[in-house]
Amino acid sequence: MSAPIPPRPESLRDAYGQTLVELGAKDPEMVVLDADLSGSTRTALFGKRYPERFFNVGVMEPTMMTMAAGLALSGRTVFASTFAVFAAGQAYNQVRQAICYNRANVKIVATHGGLTVGGDGGTHQMVEDIGLMRGLPRMTVVVPADAPTTRSATRLLHATRGPAYLRLPRENLPTVTDGDFRLGRAAELAPGTDLTIAAVGVMVARALEVAHRLRTIGLSVRVLDLASVKPYDQAAILRAARETGAILVLEEHSVLTGVGALVASVTAEQYPVPVRRVGVADLFGESGDPWALLDRYGLSVDRIRDEAWELLKLRGKVL
Amino acid sequence: MTESASPTEIRALERLAREVRRAILEMLTTSGSGHSGGSLSVTDLVTALIFRDLRYDPEQPAAPDRDRLVLSKGHAAPALYAAWAVRGWIPKAELATLRRLGSRLQGHVDREKLPYVEASTGCLGQGIGMAVGMALDGRLRGSPHQVYAILGDGECQAGPTWEALMAGGHYRLDRLTVIIDRNGLETDGATESILGIEPLAEKLAAFRYQVLEIDGHNFREILEAFARARATRDRPTAIVARTVKGKGVSFMENQHGWHGKAPSREEADRALAELPPLPAEEAGP
Repeated sequence: MSAPIPPRPESLRDAYGQTLVELGAKDPEMVVLDADLSGSTRTALFGKRYPERFFNVGVMEPTMMTMAAGLALSGRTVFASTFAVFAAGQAYNQVRQAICYNRANVKIVATHGGLTVGGDGGTHQMVEDIGLMRGLPRMTVVVPADAPTTRSATRLLHATRGPAYLRLPRENLPTVTDGDFRLGRAAELAPGTDLTIAAVGVMVARALEVAHRLRTIGLSVRVLDLASVKPYDQAAILRAARETGAILVLEEHSVLTGVGALVASVTAEQYPVPVRRVGVADLFGESGDPWALLDRYGLSVDRIRDEAWELLKLRGKVL
Repeated sequence: MTESASPTEIRALERLAREVRRAILEMLTTSGSGHSGGSLSVTDLVTALIFRDLRYDPEQPAAPDRDRLVLSKGHAAPALYAAWAVRGWIPKAELATLRRLGSRLQGHVDREKLPYVEASTGCLGQGIGMAVGMALDGRLRGSPHQVYAILGDGECQAGPTWEALMAGGHYRLDRLTVIIDRNGLETDGATESILGIEPLAEKLAAFRYQVLEIDGHNFREILEAFARARATRDRPTAIVARTVKGKGVSFMENQHGWHGKAPSREEADRALAELPPLPAEEAGP
């Protein structure tokens, strides 16, 4: 049984920046772009080591994406970073046409995804990006839950040709995986047969916490990390449906278009079981402490436990 | 090629451009939809690139040091397709498949369909950014290849166009040549009555470009501008090519209504009658 409070939280952004430096040594053709947020996204680490291959293009996210595509169509692997609201929002059509339609080998690494951006408020709390990006043909979408997965996903995306979107949070997160990330595979972080809690990003630690609490009263809860949002692990989702009878999905994202919607549609079509979604309702965020925001917007541990309880009742596992 | 063109070469290009225009009209008529006006306005510029200036071997479309041509105004695709067909890179018969299901000749150029397309374009203000990225790549590799981006003038209303132009100037991408097809008209009317882009040359100069204003239907001026752009170091070049939308067809010229429209068979016959093939000359001494 894993401990309810996993080890010391670590910065996923640092993990990304450090991995860029490591990849830059291996791949002398690789270039990195940023749009005036290189300190926050940590691409500045790459820029310091490889200044000739780093381009801080200023506040022009749309053209950062088209330039990235032009560099990629010239044979390079390109990383382009900014906040999620700019990468997926400001530059959506450039990501669509210049990168995806052109099948350009650009890795968009978007930091500051979700509500936990905190104080900047609703303008900057991007809760629609997973839906926008997973809706794009040819796009790979990854939402890591911790620093080890961030490192392995960054390396794997570098080694995999084609467009990709990697979403990172601003906040440090505890290590919850062994870092063995594979595209198209959901990691089973805890075994169980009464219920599955599937989650991405910051919510994976909360999934483990709730699963642990339920385990102490004798309930068996499987936890899946759906970090590989696209391609997604259909087999693991259907196995969870078949073997645990109900799935609770957690995400720091709009429930309309995110991972919960994905799990619900996969199961509805192929193996209908009760699915509940814990995420952001059809709302914008607001300023506040990152973790207090999660609670306020219905992503608290208590709310997750209540939703889990409802599903366990439906399953006849509790009264 | 920097040597100046002989009168014979100029006449040859005029004859080829006539063939390209005829092919554009035929393909648009067959397809029943497409962009007539802006394909005909850019025809001479495209002809000069495909037949003379571009250092490009169609047998080696992935050669690292090839010149790049990005059609940022992707809706002028028929001009490129027609030029490639007249040049012999694609079969002339294929032009009849424009915009048909399964055709390589998409409504807007698609690099996955044809190897000669450097970048799939269509949504405006993006091809120029991709061209800037390609020129930046050339700079990093020390490659001497020239990167051309052809923009529409309506496209110069798009914010990302100016973002990309700013980047080209900032990085002093001297292998970047931006060609603006200044035909004065966009879908709904005159650029200056919709959202004025003038003073265009001054804007481009302020964005750190060498600006060359030319008659976009005069091959001598076109080729001289290309040569000057190639020879210029330390800054990119913007060629403002004054053109006529629908050039060559009396009833299409300067009519914005022909921006996104194809001629009927009867209209095409009248247009083709105005543009008879020019006789080939004997080779000069």
